[in-house]
Amino acid sequence: MSTASSSPGVGRLPDAFLSPGTSSFADFLGDVAPDLLPARRSLPPGSAAELAPHGTTIVAATFPDGVVMAGDRRATMGNVIAQRDIEKVFPADEFSCVGIAGTAGLAVEMVRLFQTELEHYEKIEGSTLSIDGKANRLSALIRNNLALAMQGLAVVPLFAGYDQRAAQGRIFSYDVTGGRYEETAFHSVGSGSMFARGSLKKLYRNDFTADECVTAAVQALYDAADDDSATGGPDLTRRIFPVVHIITGDGQHRMADSEVATIADRVVGARMQRPDGPNAALT
Amino acid sequence: MSMPFYVSPEQLMKDRADFARKGIARGRSVALVQYADGIVFVSENPSQALHKVSEIYDRIAFAAVGRYNEFENLRIAGVRLADMRGYSYDRRDVTGRGLANAYAQTLGSIFSSGGEKPYEVEIFVAEVGDQAADDQIFRLTYDGQVADEQDFAAMGGAAESVAAYLKEHFTPGLPLDGALRLAVAALGHTETDQRTIPADDLEVAVLDRTRTLPRKFRRLNGDSLSGMLSGA
Repeated sequence: MSTASSSPGVGRLPDAFLSPGTSSFADFLGDVAPDLLPARRSLPPGSAAELAPHGTTIVAATFPDGVVMAGDRRATMGNVIAQRDIEKVFPADEFSCVGIAGTAGLAVEMVRLFQTELEHYEKIEGSTLSIDGKANRLSALIRNNLALAMQGLAVVPLFAGYDQRAAQGRIFSYDVTGGRYEETAFHSVGSGSMFARGSLKKLYRNDFTADECVTAAVQALYDAADDDSATGGPDLTRRIFPVVHIITGDGQHRMADSEVATIADRVVGARMQRPDGPNAALT
Repeated sequence: MSMPFYVSPEQLMKDRADFARKGIARGRSVALVQYADGIVFVSENPSQALHKVSEIYDRIAFAAVGRYNEFENLRIAGVRLADMRGYSYDRRDVTGRGLANAYAQTLGSIFSSGGEKPYEVEIFVAEVGDQAADDQIFRLTYDGQVADEQDFAAMGGAAESVAAYLKEHFTPGLPLDGALRLAVAALGHTETDQRTIPADDLEVAVLDRTRTLPRKFRRLNGDSLSGMLSGA
């Protein structure tokens, strides 16, 4: 497993493990086992964009008690639906989660690295990172992936968490160079994001309850799926519905499938009457 | 050129062992007790920041006595090893046994290498299973020896009198508060008297198999700790 074997004694922990220094798991891996880092691989020249499935739309919206993140369930490879029940929203730690759009394989690996990174820091330092610290660490991981992104294997996450100091939910978006942008109220990434964002613009209110916030997110994903072929809508025959995570001051949890199904059924029921979704007031 | 005096290997190892043992006996003890839903760790440690008991991975905890900088080094190495293994394989593939082996090799080779001072530490590596029968507790000493412990264990300071008290009073399948009170009483027990350690001076942590999260380690402090100690 480890490439470091500089110290004597069979089975003895290599010196790098015992030397004081970084609290970052990614930095540590970079020193002792760089081959495990997703970004340290080199590809032959040319585009690799068509090689692997892509994940699509993620939305996040804040409400007074926290923040909600939801993702559709489709992964596409060109014109083919590669997977119809993929999960693209993951818990990052107790008070944050991360949703991914872009090359699915790399994105999932990056999420695993990010999860380990946060837990590692927490165990070594005995305290958790601030939400800005977490957002910056994710930024660094994405920046390391720039070479792969330029060959078509981009990963674009959306990060949301509960800021315990400010007692509010916060959302961060990223670009492929690792640029980090804090969003107010709501945001969306992925191929259907412009439709989802347009939808949320009309639906969002800042006094949502958690259920209303989830409903708005499901509506936005429905609108994205309506106009973007790479985003999956609610699958009523297979009962596959968006993955929804809710983060409040009590921590983050994934909403039970049955609860999401209830909300999605209500959304779909209303769309039977008006396929374009709820009417917003004109002025 | 000066000729070094001849020292027999037996004497050399004995000196090194005495040196390490003296360092370990200087501090205060750590006790652990198995209870129905996991393992509880208790130590007398007034510091809120410098921990003797800490989390390594989902089901694995680490407790140590002796020199802080040395066991802190080992703790960080353990976290790094466990996180790396869990990242490159799977979370389930990180085991207490693997970790105890790595510690044993490390401590053993440091103890027997002439160039380094032996570590003045003793550590526990404990892992909770799905049932009490699957729990594993390893004791590692300064020279890299590994011993398997059952039910309860104590190390550091007056470890012998603590262990004797635990042996006398332990019963299997205790609830958490019972096991906690037993461990605290044992730490306060000496041959001549029995003192009560105030809750503020205790460092208490559990590996609780009933937790729904994958990470079973939890620290107990403040009101919940004093409540449990008073039996409320």
